[in-house]
Amino acid sequence: MSNAYVSLTGLTLSYGQTVAVPELNLDIRKGELIALLGPSGCGKTTTMRAIAGLLAPTSGKIMIDGADVTRTPANKRGIGLVFQSYALFPHLSAFENVAFGLRLQKQPDAQVRAKTEAGMATVGLTGFETRKPSEMSGGQQQRLALARSLVMEPKVLLLDEPLSNLDARLRLEMRNELQRVQKDTGITMVFVTHDQSEALALADRVVLMKDGKIEQLGTPAELYAEPSTAFAANFMGFENIFRLEGADLVSDHGRLPFGTEAAVPLLAWRPGGVAVGKGPHVGRVIASSFAGDHREYVIDSPLGQIKADASIDLPEVLLGQQVAFDLPQATARHLAA
Amino acid sequence: MSRLTIWLILGTTLTFLIGPFLIVIFAGASAGETLTFPPQGLSLKWYAKVFTVESFRDSFALSMFLAIFGTLTALLIGIPAAYALNRYNLPGAEAIRTIVAAPIIVPGIIVGLALLRYFVVPLDVTITMALFVTHTALVLPYAVRVVSSSLNNLRADMEEAAVILGCTRFQAFVKVVLPNIRGGILAAFILGFVTSFNEVPASLFLSGPGVRTLPIDMLSYMEITFDPSVAALSALLAFMSVAIVFVAERLLGFSRYV
Repeated sequence: MSNAYVSLTGLTLSYGQTVAVPELNLDIRKGELIALLGPSGCGKTTTMRAIAGLLAPTSGKIMIDGADVTRTPANKRGIGLVFQSYALFPHLSAFENVAFGLRLQKQPDAQVRAKTEAGMATVGLTGFETRKPSEMSGGQQQRLALARSLVMEPKVLLLDEPLSNLDARLRLEMRNELQRVQKDTGITMVFVTHDQSEALALADRVVLMKDGKIEQLGTPAELYAEPSTAFAANFMGFENIFRLEGADLVSDHGRLPFGTEAAVPLLAWRPGGVAVGKGPHVGRVIASSFAGDHREYVIDSPLGQIKADASIDLPEVLLGQQVAFDLPQATARHLAA
Repeated sequence: MSRLTIWLILGTTLTFLIGPFLIVIFAGASAGETLTFPPQGLSLKWYAKVFTVESFRDSFALSMFLAIFGTLTALLIGIPAAYALNRYNLPGAEAIRTIVAAPIIVPGIIVGLALLRYFVVPLDVTITMALFVTHTALVLPYAVRVVSSSLNNLRADMEEAAVILGCTRFQAFVKVVLPNIRGGILAAFILGFVTSFNEVPASLFLSGPGVRTLPIDMLSYMEITFDPSVAALSALLAFMSVAIVFVAERLLGFSRYV
């Protein structure tokens, strides 16, 4: 608790009668880059809006930098927010967009100019001062929105799906940009995303959310290697999850002998953890796609569909053909629930 | 359809639309003493005479006053109303929208009669005040509708962004919402102005001795004097309307909002 910079305690958020987030507890350290990860409707955006002050909590407490800000209005909270749609002001030039907050604070003109120019330089938009947002590309608009928040020197910078509106190449560029900005400024960042690869690539710690609750919290490495629940495992790419009953694997479709008993109710495999071409079980390939260094198969088995990746060195199994496979104990992830 | 048929239809339609306008212009430019078409010789004396008729000057001033201040008042009520209807999930918003639109739907003659019987007479309101209130009410629907449609195109998160950057809700409205719906507000003003200026049926009931709007004054002038000055005045007013719309179109693409 002592080193928490942002701290959410028993935070409950509701829309009318619907409770979107019940009793959330979360501590964020200073200078940390945190990802709120989860499918749509998991409460991640709601939580972010509450931190920003755009949504008043039903109960609970929000502390930032040692101060209780639960009842502090959004315009006095000293927080930055980069909207998914960027929410730039279309009637103002790029320069005036960035200067907007500084001018509100009635800072002297020279200072506004210096800070705005520095802010635009930080995101590589020097020379775009007189452009209107509508005359800028998606990536430039994104960076403009970032600069507009950064010049305010916020205690915490919130980003709502910062990469979702960009194409693949820009996404990578922006990801590096965000990491660089975070390193340079040491600012505490919280970003919301539904994309696990984005969260794992960017964040220091990932908060995986489901139904308004934290499903698992950890470093990307921890979450990737050791998901603790079926939901987390599925989100982290363990696409084959089966129940263990005695020494059998069981699904809604049927069962297969596994060989040994374990103390956990669920076992999970990544597609890469399934052995193809050898093993005690037999299934039929119903989908196959080439992915460069491996082939991705969908195998119809007594347990239903199994996703399996096979090395490109192995002979290709054609659609409709039988194939031997195994769900090895060595690559199984044991899940408690 | 052959080209000839198409041109024929187009020509007929244009004649139908522009014809009356041309007749009025030329009837006003007559050198004769009575309102006739075709005019008996050409002269601008009736156009000049319009400016010397005292009652025209008074009623023009009143109509201008009503059109400008009635529309401004309607906007003053209409902009917040449109904003509230647009941004907040109000109970009965649909009902409010319908009520706001009522002055367009209900025939003006009924509005005028009702106002006279239940507003002007029992409350002993002055004629000018009665006209002002009526014109404001008649223009309000345009204000709400047109401003609503430009608010619809404005994302709500822009205001939230302004608030996060330090604005109060009100500042966000003034600094971010208003500048971005400027075009819609101007369009609503022009529509309202023209509607008010040309309003006859309701104003007919609310005109008293010495206090009338210009269209009513023109009607009563024609009952007594049948000279071409009314046609000349009509033509001048038409030119004024065209000029306003032309300038607005040039400045901000007025037609996008209507």
